[in-house]
Amino acid sequence: MTDKALSITQVSKDRGKTRVLDEITLSLAPGQRVALLGHNGAGKSTLIKSILGLTPIHDGTIRIGVAAPGSAQARRETAYLPEAVSFHPALTGREQLTLFAQLSGSKVDVPCLLDRVGLSDALDRRIGTYSKGMRQRLGLAQVLLGQPKVALLDEPTSGLDPISRQDLYAIIDELAGQGTAVLIASHALTEVEARTDRIAIMRKGRMVADDTLTNLSALAGLPIRLKVRASANPEALAAELGGKRINGASIEMLCTPDDKMEALRRIAGMGDAVADVEMTPPKLEDLYRHYAQEEMQ
Amino acid sequence: MTRFLAITRTEMLILRRNRWLLMATLIMVLFALALTFAGSAPTGTLGVDMLTVSVASMTTLSVYLAPLLALMIAFDAIAGDVDRGSLSLLLSYPAGRGEILLGKFAAHLAALAFAMTIGFGTAGAVAAWFGGAGPESLMALARLILTSILLGAVFLALGYLLSALARGATAAAGLSAGLWLVFVVLYDLGLLGAVVMDEGGTFTQSVFPWVMVANPADAFRLWNIAATEGVAMASGMTGAAQALPVWAAPASLLIWPILGFALARAAFRRVEP
Repeated sequence: MTDKALSITQVSKDRGKTRVLDEITLSLAPGQRVALLGHNGAGKSTLIKSILGLTPIHDGTIRIGVAAPGSAQARRETAYLPEAVSFHPALTGREQLTLFAQLSGSKVDVPCLLDRVGLSDALDRRIGTYSKGMRQRLGLAQVLLGQPKVALLDEPTSGLDPISRQDLYAIIDELAGQGTAVLIASHALTEVEARTDRIAIMRKGRMVADDTLTNLSALAGLPIRLKVRASANPEALAAELGGKRINGASIEMLCTPDDKMEALRRIAGMGDAVADVEMTPPKLEDLYRHYAQEEMQ
Repeated sequence: MTRFLAITRTEMLILRRNRWLLMATLIMVLFALALTFAGSAPTGTLGVDMLTVSVASMTTLSVYLAPLLALMIAFDAIAGDVDRGSLSLLLSYPAGRGEILLGKFAAHLAALAFAMTIGFGTAGAVAAWFGGAGPESLMALARLILTSILLGAVFLALGYLLSALARGATAAAGLSAGLWLVFVVLYDLGLLGAVVMDEGGTFTQSVFPWVMVANPADAFRLWNIAATEGVAMASGMTGAAQALPVWAAPASLLIWPILGFALARAAFRRVEP
C-alpha cells in the first residue's frame, strides 16, 4: 500500500439521502498522471474534497502515502488547485503567494515561481485587476510550492487560453517528473487524451472506468471511422465497400480495430476510384460518452 | 507560530490596503472630537474637568461604534473566503482552523486597537489641552480605550461566529447588522420596558442589574461609569452601577471575548468549504 502516492479504497459518502460517492476505488503511483472525468455533479469535486479531508466520508479509507486525509502530514504532502479559484482582491500576487509559501513552510523564491507561470509582469499588481486566466495561473503557482506527493487539480484548464493550456500541461509533466502523482479533474477531453497516463470516469458518484486510453477503447469496442472520398463515382464506391454516403463525393464506413487493415487493403485495391482516405480512431469524447452514459440509454 | 504570524500579517495588509484602517481611524477621530466639543458645556455646572466630560460622552459613542466597526471587519472573515472559493485552498495548507481564526483575530484586534487609541487619544488630548485634566480623568481615558478594545474583541468574535454560520458574505453582513441592533439598541429598550412594567419591584431591585451586565455593551458602559465618580455624574447613570459588585462588569467584558471566540471556533470547525 505504501508504494502508492494516493490510495482510495471503497469510499462512500452520503449527502442527505443521495449517495454522492459510491464505493470509489482509485490509486495513483508516484509520478502518475490520471484524468478524472465526469459530468457536473458526478462527484469529482466531492472526491477531491474528501481526499483533502475537507468533507467527511462515511465508508472506506483514503490514504495520502500513509497519512489520513486532513492530518498535518497529509496536508503537507498535498497540493490543491480549486475549481475557479479566486483570492482576496486587495492582495498582490506576490503577497498571496508569500502567504502560501509561509503556510507550507517552503523557502521558495516567490518571484521566480510567478515567472514560471508567466505572471512576472503582474507580480506587484492587485489580484483584483487580474483576469480569470491570471488568477488560475496564480493558483497553479501555489501548486508548485514545495514538492507535494499528490497534486489535485480541479478543472485546471477553465478560463485558460490555448497557449496557457500548453503551459499548464508542461507544468503537470514537470510535477509528474519530480514524482508527484497528479489527479486532474477535467472537462477538456481532447487535451487530457494525450497528456495523462490513465483515465478514470465517474458517473453519479460511481467509478465506471479506470484504465489507459488504449485499454478503454478496446474494452468499449468502439468502431474506427473511415471516410473515403471517391474520385468519380461515389455510388459505385458505396456499393463496393458497403459504406454509407455522407455527402456528394464521400462515403463513411465503420470497422473494428481488428478489421482495420483488411478494410484499408480493400480501399487501396480499388486504385484510382479512391481520391482520399481519412481514418479517425475513437476519440476520448466517444469513449467518455460510452462510459458516462452507458446506463442512460 | 510562523503560520499564525503569516495569517496575521496578510490580514493586516488587507485592512491597510482596502483603507479600512484609515476609514475606521478617521471615523473614530471625527466622532470623538465632535463629542468632546459638543459635550463640553456642562463642565462648569458639574465641577469636573473637560476631559472627564469628554470621556463620558465618548463612552456613549463607543457603545455604538466599537461593536459596529468590529462587525464590519468580522462578517467577511470566513464567509468571504467561502464565497471566493479560497477557503478550501487555505484549509488544504498545514495551518489549523484555530490557527487561522486566531491569526485573523490578532490582526483585526490590532487594527481596532489602533483606531480606538488614535481616535480617543486625539480627542482626549484636545480636551485636556483646552479644559484641563487630572490623574483621575487620564485614568478614565485609558480605561475607556482599553475597554473599547475589549468590547471590539467581543464583537469580532461574535462576527466570526455569524460569518461561520451564514451562507455567504451577504447573509453574514445582514446577520451582523441584526446582532448589532439587538445587543446595542433592542436589549436596552427591552430592559427599560421591563423596568417600567415592574414599577420598582423585585425585578428592578435584584434581577435587572445582572441581566443588564450580561450584555457586553452594557457591561462596558457600567465598567467605565462605576469606576470614575466624575464620569458617573456626567452621564447620570449611578443607580445601576451601585447595585452590582465591582467585579461584575469587568468579568462580563472579559468572559465575553473568550466565550465568543470559543463559539466561533466551534462553528468554524463545522464549515465545509
